[in-house]
Amino acid sequence: MFKLYYTALKSLAVKETNRYLRIWVQTLVPPVITTSLYFVIFGNLIGGRIGEMEGFSYMEFIVPGLIMMSVITSSYSNVSSSFFSQKFQKNIEELLIAPVPTHVIMWGFVIGGLGRSILVGALVTLISLFFVPLQAFSWVMIIMTLLMTSILFSLAGLLNGIFAQSFDDVSIVPTFVLQPLTYLGGVFYSISMLPPFWRAVSRVNPIVYMISGFRYGFLGVIDVPVLWTLIILTFFIAVLYTINWYLIETGRGLRS
Amino acid sequence: MSYALEIKDLEKTYKGGVKALRGIDLEVEEGDFYALLGPNGAGKSTTIGIVTSLVNKTSGSVKVFGYDIDSDLTRAKQQIGLVPQEFNFNSFETVQQIVVNQAGYYGVPRKEALIRSEKYLKQSDLWEKRHVRARMLSGGMKRRLMIARALMHEPRLLILDEPTAGVDIELRREMWEFLRELNASGTTIILTTHYLEEAEMLCRNIGIIRAGELIEDTSMKSLLSKLMFETFIFDLDTYENKPEITGYSSELVDETTLHVEVERNQGVNDVFKQLSEQGIKVLSMRNKSNRLEELFLKITEENKQEEDNNV
Repeated sequence: MFKLYYTALKSLAVKETNRYLRIWVQTLVPPVITTSLYFVIFGNLIGGRIGEMEGFSYMEFIVPGLIMMSVITSSYSNVSSSFFSQKFQKNIEELLIAPVPTHVIMWGFVIGGLGRSILVGALVTLISLFFVPLQAFSWVMIIMTLLMTSILFSLAGLLNGIFAQSFDDVSIVPTFVLQPLTYLGGVFYSISMLPPFWRAVSRVNPIVYMISGFRYGFLGVIDVPVLWTLIILTFFIAVLYTINWYLIETGRGLRS
Repeated sequence: MSYALEIKDLEKTYKGGVKALRGIDLEVEEGDFYALLGPNGAGKSTTIGIVTSLVNKTSGSVKVFGYDIDSDLTRAKQQIGLVPQEFNFNSFETVQQIVVNQAGYYGVPRKEALIRSEKYLKQSDLWEKRHVRARMLSGGMKRRLMIARALMHEPRLLILDEPTAGVDIELRREMWEFLRELNASGTTIILTTHYLEEAEMLCRNIGIIRAGELIEDTSMKSLLSKLMFETFIFDLDTYENKPEITGYSSELVDETTLHVEVERNQGVNDVFKQLSEQGIKVLSMRNKSNRLEELFLKITEENKQEEDNNV
Protein backbone atom coordinates (compact mmCIF):
# COMPACT_ATOMS: atom_id res chain seq x y z
CA MET A 1 0.00 0.00 0.00
CA PHE A 2 2.89 2.35 0.78
CA LYS A 3 4.04 2.16 -2.85
CA LEU A 4 0.52 2.95 -4.06
CA TYR A 5 0.22 5.95 -1.76
CA TYR A 6 3.70 7.19 -2.65
CA THR A 7 3.00 6.98 -6.40
CA ALA A 8 -0.36 8.70 -5.92
CA LEU A 9 1.24 11.48 -3.88
CA LYS A 10 3.96 11.95 -6.48
CA SER A 11 1.38 12.14 -9.28
CA LEU A 12 -0.70 14.71 -7.45
CA ALA A 13 2.35 16.75 -6.47
CA VAL A 14 3.62 16.74 -10.07
CA LYS A 15 0.18 17.75 -11.32
CA GLU A 16 -0.01 20.61 -8.81
CA THR A 17 3.52 21.75 -9.64
CA ASN A 18 2.81 21.66 -13.36
CA ARG A 19 -0.29 23.75 -12.75
CA TYR A 20 1.46 26.74 -11.22
CA LEU A 21 4.40 26.49 -13.60
CA ARG A 22 2.04 26.36 -16.60
CA ILE A 23 0.44 29.64 -15.55
CA TRP A 24 3.66 31.24 -14.28
CA VAL A 25 2.60 34.68 -15.52
CA GLN A 26 -0.28 34.56 -13.04
CA THR A 27 1.45 32.69 -10.22
CA LEU A 28 5.11 33.70 -10.13
CA VAL A 29 5.44 37.10 -11.78
CA PRO A 30 2.89 39.26 -9.87
CA PRO A 31 4.35 38.72 -6.36
CA VAL A 32 7.83 39.45 -7.68
CA ILE A 33 6.70 42.72 -9.30
CA THR A 34 4.66 43.80 -6.25
CA THR A 35 7.52 43.10 -3.85
CA SER A 36 10.02 44.85 -6.11
CA LEU A 37 7.80 47.94 -5.92
CA TYR A 38 7.77 47.68 -2.13
CA PHE A 39 11.56 47.49 -2.14
CA VAL A 40 11.85 50.57 -4.36
CA ILE A 41 9.18 52.69 -2.67
CA PHE A 42 9.37 51.74 1.01
CA GLY A 43 12.95 50.58 1.10
CA ASN A 44 14.78 52.98 -1.16
CA LEU A 45 12.67 56.14 -1.40
CA ILE A 46 10.87 56.35 1.96
CA GLY A 47 13.16 54.02 3.95
CA GLY A 48 16.08 56.45 3.68
CA ARG A 49 14.06 59.03 5.60
CA ILE A 50 12.83 56.56 8.25
CA GLY A 51 16.35 55.66 9.30
CA GLU A 52 17.33 52.62 11.36
CA MET A 53 15.00 50.11 12.97
CA GLU A 54 16.18 47.70 15.67
CA GLY A 55 19.73 48.53 14.63
CA PHE A 56 19.26 47.78 10.90
CA SER A 57 18.54 49.95 7.90
CA TYR A 58 14.79 50.10 7.14
CA MET A 59 15.38 48.20 3.92
CA GLU A 60 17.16 45.38 5.75
CA PHE A 61 14.38 45.33 8.34
CA ILE A 62 11.48 44.92 5.92
CA VAL A 63 13.07 42.32 3.59
CA PRO A 64 12.17 39.24 5.76
CA GLY A 65 8.61 40.50 6.23
CA LEU A 66 8.15 41.07 2.51
CA ILE A 67 9.48 37.61 1.69
CA MET A 68 7.11 36.14 4.28
CA MET A 69 4.21 38.15 2.88
CA SER A 70 4.72 36.71 -0.59
CA VAL A 71 5.13 33.20 0.85
CA ILE A 72 1.85 33.48 2.80
CA THR A 73 -0.10 34.84 -0.17
CA SER A 74 1.34 32.34 -2.64
CA SER A 75 0.79 29.22 -0.55
CA TYR A 76 -2.74 30.25 0.39
CA SER A 77 -3.93 31.28 -3.05
CA ASN A 78 -2.26 28.34 -4.78
CA VAL A 79 -4.13 25.73 -2.80
CA SER A 80 -7.45 27.57 -2.49
CA SER A 81 -7.70 28.31 -6.20
CA SER A 82 -6.39 24.92 -7.33
CA PHE A 83 -8.72 22.96 -5.05
CA PHE A 84 -11.72 25.11 -5.87
CA SER A 85 -11.16 24.99 -9.62
CA GLN A 86 -10.86 21.20 -9.41
CA LYS A 87 -14.14 21.18 -7.54
CA PHE A 88 -15.66 23.57 -10.07
CA GLN A 89 -14.50 21.53 -13.07
CA LYS A 90 -15.42 18.35 -11.18
CA ASN A 91 -12.02 16.83 -11.82
CA ILE A 92 -11.60 16.45 -8.06
CA GLU A 93 -13.68 13.33 -8.78
CA GLU A 94 -10.56 11.82 -10.36
CA LEU A 95 -9.08 11.80 -6.87
CA LEU A 96 -12.23 10.90 -4.98
CA ILE A 97 -12.87 7.70 -6.95
CA ALA A 98 -9.21 6.63 -6.80
CA PRO A 99 -7.72 4.64 -3.91
CA VAL A 100 -6.06 7.77 -2.58
CA PRO A 101 -6.39 8.37 1.18
CA THR A 102 -7.34 11.79 2.49
CA HIS A 103 -3.85 12.35 3.93
CA VAL A 104 -2.34 11.89 0.46
CA ILE A 105 -4.85 14.26 -1.13
CA MET A 106 -4.05 16.90 1.49
CA TRP A 107 -0.29 16.53 1.17
CA GLY A 108 -0.51 16.61 -2.62
CA PHE A 109 -2.13 20.04 -2.46
CA VAL A 110 0.17 21.21 0.36
CA ILE A 111 3.23 20.25 -1.68
CA GLY A 112 1.85 22.38 -4.52
CA GLY A 113 1.45 25.36 -2.19
CA LEU A 114 4.82 24.72 -0.60
CA GLY A 115 6.59 24.52 -3.95
CA ARG A 116 5.05 27.70 -5.32
CA SER A 117 5.62 29.71 -2.14
CA ILE A 118 9.26 28.62 -1.84
CA LEU A 119 9.84 29.48 -5.48
CA VAL A 120 8.21 32.89 -5.06
CA GLY A 121 10.12 33.42 -1.79
CA ALA A 122 13.39 32.57 -3.55
CA LEU A 123 12.62 35.00 -6.40
CA VAL A 124 11.73 37.78 -3.96
CA THR A 125 14.95 37.10 -2.01
CA LEU A 126 16.87 37.30 -5.28
CA ILE A 127 15.31 40.69 -6.05
CA SER A 128 16.15 41.91 -2.54
CA LEU A 129 19.83 41.28 -3.30
CA PHE A 130 19.72 44.27 -5.64
CA PHE A 131 18.96 46.44 -2.61
CA VAL A 132 20.58 44.81 0.43
CA PRO A 133 23.17 42.05 0.99
CA LEU A 134 21.84 38.70 2.17
CA GLN A 135 22.51 37.94 5.81
CA ALA A 136 21.37 35.01 7.89
CA PHE A 137 21.46 34.85 11.68
CA SER A 138 19.98 31.34 11.87
CA TRP A 139 19.39 29.22 8.75
CA VAL A 140 17.54 26.67 10.87
CA MET A 141 15.01 29.29 11.95
CA ILE A 142 14.67 30.67 8.41
CA ILE A 143 13.98 27.25 6.96
CA MET A 144 11.70 26.09 9.78
CA THR A 145 9.59 29.24 9.77
CA LEU A 146 9.41 29.25 5.99
CA LEU A 147 8.30 25.61 5.70
CA MET A 148 5.87 25.72 8.61
CA THR A 149 4.27 28.99 7.52
CA SER A 150 3.92 27.72 4.00
CA ILE A 151 2.33 24.46 5.20
CA LEU A 152 0.01 26.39 7.51
CA PHE A 153 -1.26 28.71 4.80
CA SER A 154 -1.53 25.90 2.27
CA LEU A 155 -3.83 24.16 4.75
CA ALA A 156 -5.74 27.40 5.30
CA GLY A 157 -6.13 27.74 1.52
CA LEU A 158 -7.35 24.16 1.34
CA LEU A 159 -10.00 24.93 3.94
CA ASN A 160 -11.08 27.93 1.87
CA GLY A 161 -11.20 25.75 -1.24
CA ILE A 162 -13.36 23.15 0.51
CA PHE A 163 -15.94 25.71 1.63
CA ALA A 164 -15.84 27.93 -1.47
CA GLN A 165 -18.93 27.82 -3.66
CA SER A 166 -17.80 30.44 -6.18
CA PHE A 167 -14.61 32.16 -7.35
CA ASP A 168 -15.61 35.16 -5.19
CA ASP A 169 -15.37 32.97 -2.10
CA VAL A 170 -11.77 32.15 -3.03
CA SER A 171 -10.75 35.81 -3.22
CA ILE A 172 -12.68 37.15 -0.22
CA VAL A 173 -10.42 35.70 2.50
CA PRO A 174 -7.07 36.83 0.99
CA THR A 175 -8.42 40.33 0.37
CA PHE A 176 -10.37 40.97 3.55
CA VAL A 177 -8.58 38.79 6.11
CA LEU A 178 -5.14 37.70 5.01
CA GLN A 179 -3.85 40.96 3.58
CA PRO A 180 -4.88 43.16 6.54
CA LEU A 181 -3.48 40.63 9.02
CA THR A 182 -0.20 40.52 7.09
CA TYR A 183 0.12 44.30 6.85
CA LEU A 184 -0.66 44.56 10.57
CA GLY A 185 1.65 41.63 11.34
CA GLY A 186 4.80 43.71 11.50
CA VAL A 187 6.02 43.56 7.89
CA PHE A 188 6.80 47.29 7.81
CA TYR A 189 7.37 47.96 11.49
CA SER A 190 8.36 46.36 14.76
CA ILE A 191 5.39 45.83 17.06
CA SER A 192 7.62 47.00 19.93
CA MET A 193 7.13 50.49 18.44
CA LEU A 194 3.38 50.32 19.12
CA PRO A 195 1.67 51.67 22.27
CA PRO A 196 1.09 48.90 24.86
CA PHE A 197 -2.61 48.44 23.96
CA TRP A 198 -1.99 47.94 20.22
CA ARG A 199 1.05 45.80 21.00
CA ALA A 200 -1.21 43.51 23.03
CA VAL A 201 -3.80 43.48 20.22
CA SER A 202 -1.09 42.64 17.68
CA ARG A 203 -0.09 39.58 19.69
CA VAL A 204 -3.49 38.05 18.85
CA ASN A 205 -2.52 38.14 15.18
CA PRO A 206 -0.75 34.82 14.42
CA ILE A 207 1.10 36.35 11.47
CA VAL A 208 3.08 38.51 13.90
CA TYR A 209 4.71 35.33 15.24
CA MET A 210 5.63 34.08 11.78
CA ILE A 211 7.16 37.34 10.61
CA SER A 212 8.98 37.77 13.89
CA GLY A 213 10.42 34.24 13.72
CA PHE A 214 11.44 34.66 10.10
CA ARG A 215 13.03 38.04 10.77
CA TYR A 216 14.87 36.51 13.71
CA GLY A 217 16.34 33.94 11.29
CA PHE A 218 17.71 36.73 9.10
CA LEU A 219 18.57 39.54 11.55
CA GLY A 220 18.52 38.01 15.03
CA VAL A 221 15.92 40.50 16.31
CA ILE A 222 12.52 39.45 17.65
CA ASP A 223 9.12 40.94 18.43
CA VAL A 224 7.94 37.79 20.23
CA PRO A 225 9.91 34.83 21.65
CA VAL A 226 11.04 32.28 19.06
CA LEU A 227 9.51 29.43 21.04
CA TRP A 228 6.11 31.09 20.75
CA THR A 229 6.55 31.31 16.97
CA LEU A 230 7.12 27.57 16.78
CA ILE A 231 4.29 26.77 19.22
CA ILE A 232 1.79 28.95 17.34
CA LEU A 233 2.81 27.50 13.97
CA THR A 234 2.58 23.92 15.24
CA PHE A 235 -0.76 24.59 16.91
CA PHE A 236 -2.40 26.11 13.81
CA ILE A 237 -0.97 23.44 11.51
CA ALA A 238 -2.39 20.71 13.77
CA VAL A 239 -5.80 22.37 14.03
CA LEU A 240 -6.13 23.12 10.31
CA TYR A 241 -4.85 19.67 9.34
CA THR A 242 -7.43 17.98 11.55
CA ILE A 243 -10.31 20.12 10.29
CA ASN A 244 -9.36 19.63 6.64
CA TRP A 245 -8.91 15.91 7.12
CA TYR A 246 -12.33 15.59 8.72
CA LEU A 247 -14.05 17.64 6.02
CA ILE A 248 -12.50 15.76 3.10
CA GLU A 249 -12.95 12.38 4.77
CA THR A 250 -16.65 13.02 5.33
CA GLY A 251 -16.98 14.58 1.89
CA ARG A 252 -18.03 18.10 2.93
CA GLY A 253 -18.92 19.90 -0.32
CA LEU A 254 -17.38 17.03 -2.29
CA ARG A 255 -19.72 14.08 -1.89
CA SER A 256 -23.50 14.36 -1.78
CA MET B 1 -20.63 -17.80 -8.30
CA SER B 2 -18.28 -14.83 -7.99
CA TYR B 3 -19.72 -11.37 -8.28
CA ALA B 4 -18.12 -8.22 -9.59
CA LEU B 5 -20.71 -6.17 -7.76
CA GLU B 6 -23.03 -7.06 -4.90
CA ILE B 7 -25.43 -4.44 -3.65
CA LYS B 8 -27.69 -5.19 -0.72
CA ASP B 9 -30.59 -3.10 0.54
CA LEU B 10 -28.97 0.11 -0.66
CA GLU B 11 -30.74 3.27 0.40
CA LYS B 12 -29.96 6.91 -0.18
CA THR B 13 -31.83 9.88 1.16
CA TYR B 14 -30.42 13.25 0.14
CA LYS B 15 -30.40 16.27 2.39
CA GLY B 16 -33.85 17.78 2.13
CA GLY B 17 -35.44 14.34 2.32
CA VAL B 18 -35.38 13.26 -1.33
CA LYS B 19 -35.29 9.45 -1.28
CA ALA B 20 -33.20 8.51 -4.31
CA LEU B 21 -32.77 4.80 -3.56
CA ARG B 22 -35.26 2.64 -1.67
CA GLY B 23 -33.47 -0.59 -0.83
CA ILE B 24 -31.81 -1.80 -4.01
CA ASP B 25 -30.50 -5.36 -4.26
CA LEU B 26 -28.33 -6.05 -7.27
CA GLU B 27 -25.76 -8.67 -8.22
CA VAL B 28 -23.57 -8.45 -11.30
CA GLU B 29 -21.58 -11.53 -12.14
CA GLU B 30 -17.91 -11.38 -12.95
CA GLY B 31 -17.43 -11.01 -16.71
CA ASP B 32 -20.98 -9.78 -17.29
CA PHE B 33 -22.02 -6.93 -19.56
CA TYR B 34 -24.84 -5.41 -17.57
CA ALA B 35 -27.22 -2.62 -18.54
CA LEU B 36 -28.73 -0.39 -15.90
CA LEU B 37 -31.68 1.45 -17.33
CA GLY B 38 -34.21 3.84 -15.97
CA PRO B 39 -35.86 7.18 -16.63
CA ASN B 40 -34.12 10.40 -15.62
CA GLY B 41 -33.94 10.75 -11.84
CA ALA B 42 -34.62 7.05 -11.29
CA GLY B 43 -31.50 6.53 -9.21
CA LYS B 44 -28.97 5.11 -11.72
CA SER B 45 -26.36 7.80 -11.20
CA THR B 46 -26.87 7.71 -7.42
CA THR B 47 -26.24 3.95 -7.44
CA ILE B 48 -23.09 4.40 -9.51
CA GLY B 49 -22.06 7.34 -7.32
CA ILE B 50 -22.26 5.19 -4.20
CA VAL B 51 -20.34 2.31 -5.77
CA THR B 52 -17.57 4.69 -6.85
CA SER B 53 -17.52 6.71 -3.57
CA LEU B 54 -18.80 9.94 -5.05
CA VAL B 55 -22.02 9.70 -3.07
CA ASN B 56 -22.35 8.71 0.59
CA LYS B 57 -24.93 5.98 1.10
CA THR B 58 -27.57 6.21 3.80
CA SER B 59 -27.65 2.45 4.47
CA GLY B 60 -27.03 -0.91 2.86
CA SER B 61 -23.88 -2.60 1.66
CA VAL B 62 -21.79 -2.61 -1.49
CA LYS B 63 -19.09 -5.13 -2.36
CA VAL B 64 -16.82 -4.92 -5.38
CA PHE B 65 -15.21 -8.26 -6.18
CA GLY B 66 -15.83 -9.17 -2.56
CA TYR B 67 -14.26 -6.00 -1.13
CA ASP B 68 -16.71 -4.11 1.06
CA ILE B 69 -16.66 -0.34 0.47
CA ASP B 70 -17.11 0.20 4.20
CA SER B 71 -14.25 -1.95 5.43
CA ASP B 72 -11.94 -2.31 2.40
CA LEU B 73 -12.52 0.83 0.37
CA THR B 74 -9.01 1.10 -1.08
CA ARG B 75 -9.12 -2.40 -2.58
CA ALA B 76 -12.69 -1.89 -3.77
CA LYS B 77 -11.70 1.34 -5.54
CA GLN B 78 -8.73 -0.34 -7.20
CA GLN B 79 -11.10 -2.71 -9.04
CA ILE B 80 -13.25 0.04 -10.58
CA GLY B 81 -12.83 2.26 -13.60
CA LEU B 82 -15.46 4.97 -14.04
CA VAL B 83 -16.51 6.82 -17.15
CA PRO B 84 -18.83 9.50 -15.80
CA GLN B 85 -21.65 11.17 -17.63
CA GLU B 86 -20.09 14.65 -17.63
CA PHE B 87 -16.60 15.59 -18.77
CA ASN B 88 -14.65 15.90 -15.55
CA PHE B 89 -11.01 16.15 -16.59
CA ASN B 90 -8.88 19.26 -16.30
CA SER B 91 -9.42 20.79 -19.71
CA PHE B 92 -6.16 22.76 -19.48
CA GLU B 93 -4.05 19.62 -19.23
CA THR B 94 -2.89 17.65 -22.25
CA VAL B 95 -4.49 14.35 -23.17
CA GLN B 96 -1.44 12.37 -22.06
CA GLN B 97 -1.06 14.27 -18.78
CA ILE B 98 -4.67 13.45 -17.90
CA VAL B 99 -4.36 9.71 -18.42
CA VAL B 100 -0.87 9.42 -16.88
CA ASN B 101 -1.90 11.36 -13.75
CA GLN B 102 -4.97 9.23 -13.31
CA ALA B 103 -2.88 6.05 -13.52
CA GLY B 104 -0.61 7.51 -10.84
CA TYR B 105 -3.54 7.87 -8.45
CA TYR B 106 -3.96 4.10 -8.73
CA GLY B 107 -0.30 3.44 -7.98
CA VAL B 108 0.86 2.89 -11.58
CA PRO B 109 4.45 4.23 -11.77
CA ARG B 110 5.00 7.00 -14.29
CA LYS B 111 7.20 4.89 -16.58
CA GLU B 112 4.56 2.17 -16.80
CA ALA B 113 1.80 4.79 -17.12
CA LEU B 114 3.52 6.29 -20.18
CA ILE B 115 3.65 2.85 -21.83
CA ARG B 116 -0.02 2.24 -21.04
CA SER B 117 -0.96 5.71 -22.26
CA GLU B 118 0.37 4.79 -25.70
CA LYS B 119 -1.68 1.59 -25.70
CA TYR B 120 -4.97 3.13 -24.60
CA LEU B 121 -4.65 6.40 -26.49
CA LYS B 122 -3.89 4.47 -29.68
CA GLN B 123 -6.88 2.23 -29.02
CA SER B 124 -9.01 5.35 -28.57
CA ASP B 125 -7.55 6.95 -31.67
CA LEU B 126 -6.14 9.81 -29.58
CA TRP B 127 -2.42 9.11 -29.74
CA GLU B 128 -1.85 11.84 -32.33
CA LYS B 129 -3.58 14.27 -29.95
CA ARG B 130 -1.59 13.32 -26.87
CA HIS B 131 0.08 16.74 -26.56
CA VAL B 132 -3.12 18.67 -27.24
CA ARG B 133 -4.96 20.33 -24.36
CA ALA B 134 -8.20 18.49 -23.61
CA ARG B 135 -10.36 21.57 -24.16
CA MET B 136 -9.32 21.57 -27.84
CA LEU B 137 -10.80 18.11 -28.45
CA SER B 138 -14.14 17.46 -30.10
CA GLY B 139 -17.02 16.02 -28.05
CA GLY B 140 -16.42 12.51 -29.35
CA MET B 141 -12.72 12.71 -28.61
CA LYS B 142 -13.44 13.87 -25.06
CA ARG B 143 -15.70 10.83 -24.57
CA ARG B 144 -12.95 8.53 -25.80
CA LEU B 145 -10.45 10.27 -23.55
CA MET B 146 -12.67 9.52 -20.54
CA ILE B 147 -12.77 5.84 -21.50
CA ALA B 148 -8.99 5.72 -22.02
CA ARG B 149 -8.48 7.42 -18.66
CA ALA B 150 -10.73 4.89 -16.90
CA LEU B 151 -8.78 1.99 -18.39
CA MET B 152 -5.29 3.19 -17.43
CA HIS B 153 -5.18 1.18 -14.18
CA GLU B 154 -6.72 -1.80 -15.99
CA PRO B 155 -9.81 -2.16 -13.79
CA ARG B 156 -11.72 -5.42 -13.47
CA LEU B 157 -15.03 -3.56 -13.41
CA LEU B 158 -15.70 -0.73 -15.83
CA ILE B 159 -18.72 1.45 -15.15
CA LEU B 160 -19.93 3.67 -17.96
CA ASP B 161 -22.56 6.28 -17.23
CA GLU B 162 -24.14 7.30 -20.54
CA PRO B 163 -20.88 6.86 -22.46
CA THR B 164 -22.26 7.54 -25.91
CA ALA B 165 -24.44 10.55 -25.13
CA GLY B 166 -23.93 13.08 -27.90
CA VAL B 167 -21.66 10.78 -29.87
CA ASP B 168 -22.33 10.36 -33.60
CA ILE B 169 -23.53 7.03 -34.96
CA GLU B 170 -20.23 6.01 -36.54
CA LEU B 171 -18.26 6.65 -33.39
CA ARG B 172 -20.90 4.99 -31.27
CA ARG B 173 -20.57 1.81 -33.33
CA GLU B 174 -16.78 1.94 -32.93
CA MET B 175 -17.15 2.34 -29.18
CA TRP B 176 -19.54 -0.59 -29.01
CA GLU B 177 -17.01 -2.76 -30.80
CA PHE B 178 -14.29 -1.60 -28.44
CA LEU B 179 -16.45 -2.32 -25.37
CA ARG B 180 -17.38 -5.76 -26.71
CA GLU B 181 -13.70 -6.60 -27.11
CA LEU B 182 -12.94 -5.30 -23.65
CA ASN B 183 -15.71 -7.42 -22.17
CA ALA B 184 -14.53 -10.46 -24.14
CA SER B 185 -11.07 -9.98 -22.62
CA GLY B 186 -12.59 -10.41 -19.15
CA THR B 187 -13.54 -6.92 -17.96
CA THR B 188 -16.95 -6.75 -16.33
CA ILE B 189 -18.92 -3.82 -17.71
CA ILE B 190 -21.89 -1.99 -16.27
CA LEU B 191 -23.53 0.48 -18.60
CA THR B 192 -26.22 3.04 -18.11
CA THR B 193 -27.65 4.44 -21.29
CA HIS B 194 -30.60 6.21 -22.78
CA TYR B 195 -30.03 4.46 -26.08
CA LEU B 196 -31.92 1.27 -25.47
CA GLU B 197 -30.69 -0.12 -28.74
CA GLU B 198 -27.22 0.17 -27.22
CA ALA B 199 -28.19 -1.93 -24.22
CA GLU B 200 -29.87 -4.49 -26.46
CA MET B 201 -26.85 -4.73 -28.74
CA LEU B 202 -24.24 -4.99 -26.00
CA CYS B 203 -25.58 -6.31 -22.74
CA ARG B 204 -26.35 -9.83 -21.57
CA ASN B 205 -28.22 -8.83 -18.43
CA ILE B 206 -30.33 -5.87 -17.58
CA GLY B 207 -31.70 -4.04 -14.57
CA ILE B 208 -34.39 -1.39 -14.69
CA ILE B 209 -34.57 1.21 -11.95
CA ARG B 210 -37.62 3.34 -11.39
CA ALA B 211 -38.13 5.78 -8.53
CA GLY B 212 -35.23 4.33 -6.56
CA GLU B 213 -36.30 0.70 -6.88
CA LEU B 214 -35.00 -2.10 -9.06
CA ILE B 215 -38.15 -3.21 -10.83
CA GLU B 216 -36.50 -5.66 -13.23
CA ASP B 217 -33.28 -7.65 -13.01
CA THR B 218 -33.00 -10.36 -15.60
CA SER B 219 -31.25 -11.50 -18.76
CA MET B 220 -31.75 -9.48 -21.91
CA LYS B 221 -33.09 -12.58 -23.64
CA SER B 222 -35.77 -13.27 -21.07
CA LEU B 223 -36.74 -9.62 -20.95
CA LEU B 224 -37.17 -9.44 -24.71
CA SER B 225 -39.22 -12.63 -24.63
CA LYS B 226 -41.82 -10.64 -22.70
CA LEU B 227 -42.37 -8.52 -25.76
CA MET B 228 -45.87 -9.48 -26.95
CA PHE B 229 -45.93 -7.62 -30.25
CA GLU B 230 -43.86 -5.42 -32.51
CA THR B 231 -44.92 -2.71 -34.89
CA PHE B 232 -43.57 -2.89 -38.44
CA ILE B 233 -43.59 -0.12 -40.98
CA PHE B 234 -44.23 -1.10 -44.59
CA ASP B 235 -43.24 1.38 -47.31
CA LEU B 236 -45.58 0.67 -50.20
CA ASP B 237 -45.44 1.46 -53.88
CA THR B 238 -48.34 3.43 -55.35
CA TYR B 239 -51.51 1.32 -55.60
CA GLU B 240 -55.01 1.48 -57.05
CA ASN B 241 -57.09 0.03 -54.17
CA LYS B 242 -56.50 0.82 -50.52
CA PRO B 243 -54.76 -2.14 -48.77
CA GLU B 244 -56.94 -4.33 -46.52
CA ILE B 245 -55.05 -6.46 -43.97
CA THR B 246 -57.03 -9.04 -42.04
CA GLY B 247 -55.87 -10.77 -38.85
CA TYR B 248 -53.59 -7.89 -37.88
CA SER B 249 -54.12 -4.50 -36.35
CA SER B 250 -52.98 -2.06 -39.02
CA GLU B 251 -53.11 1.61 -39.86
CA LEU B 252 -52.41 3.46 -43.09
CA VAL B 253 -50.44 6.42 -41.83
CA ASP B 254 -50.18 8.13 -45.22
CA GLU B 255 -50.65 7.15 -48.88
CA THR B 256 -47.73 4.73 -48.91
CA THR B 257 -46.90 4.01 -45.27
CA LEU B 258 -48.59 1.16 -43.49
CA HIS B 259 -48.13 0.35 -39.78
CA VAL B 260 -48.86 -3.25 -38.81
CA GLU B 261 -48.81 -4.68 -35.27
CA VAL B 262 -47.47 -8.21 -35.40
CA GLU B 263 -48.07 -10.43 -32.38
CA ARG B 264 -45.37 -12.73 -31.08
CA ASN B 265 -45.16 -15.96 -33.16
CA GLN B 266 -47.62 -14.53 -35.66
CA GLY B 267 -44.96 -13.72 -38.27
CA VAL B 268 -45.06 -11.21 -41.11
CA ASN B 269 -45.35 -13.64 -44.04
CA ASP B 270 -49.12 -13.32 -44.12
CA VAL B 271 -48.92 -9.54 -44.37
CA PHE B 272 -46.70 -9.85 -47.42
CA LYS B 273 -49.05 -12.48 -48.88
CA GLN B 274 -52.12 -10.31 -48.44
CA LEU B 275 -50.42 -7.26 -49.93
CA SER B 276 -49.12 -9.32 -52.81
CA GLU B 277 -52.59 -10.74 -53.52
CA GLN B 278 -53.93 -7.18 -53.64
CA GLY B 279 -51.23 -6.31 -56.16
CA ILE B 280 -49.39 -3.95 -53.79
CA LYS B 281 -45.62 -3.92 -53.94
CA VAL B 282 -43.65 -3.57 -50.65
CA LEU B 283 -40.61 -1.35 -51.20
CA SER B 284 -39.11 -1.79 -47.73
CA MET B 285 -39.94 -2.79 -44.17
CA ARG B 286 -38.53 -1.85 -40.75
CA ASN B 287 -39.35 -1.86 -37.02
CA LYS B 288 -41.34 1.13 -35.86
CA SER B 289 -39.07 1.56 -32.86
CA ASN B 290 -36.51 -0.27 -30.86
CA ARG B 291 -37.95 -3.45 -29.35
CA LEU B 292 -36.43 -2.83 -25.97
CA GLU B 293 -37.75 0.69 -25.98
CA GLU B 294 -41.34 -0.57 -26.25
CA LEU B 295 -40.74 -3.04 -23.48
CA PHE B 296 -39.01 -0.50 -21.28
CA LEU B 297 -41.89 1.92 -21.58
CA LYS B 298 -44.38 -0.86 -20.93
CA ILE B 299 -42.58 -2.11 -17.79
CA THR B 300 -42.04 1.32 -16.28
CA GLU B 301 -45.63 2.30 -17.05
CA GLU B 302 -47.01 -0.91 -15.53
CA ASN B 303 -44.91 -0.38 -12.44
CA LYS B 304 -46.15 3.18 -12.12
CA GLN B 305 -49.77 2.08 -12.49
CA GLU B 306 -49.30 -0.62 -9.83
CA GLU B 307 -47.93 1.99 -7.48
CA ASP B 308 -50.79 4.37 -8.23
CA ASN B 309 -53.33 1.58 -7.58
CA ASN B 310 -51.67 0.75 -4.26
CA VAL B 311 -51.97 4.38 -3.24
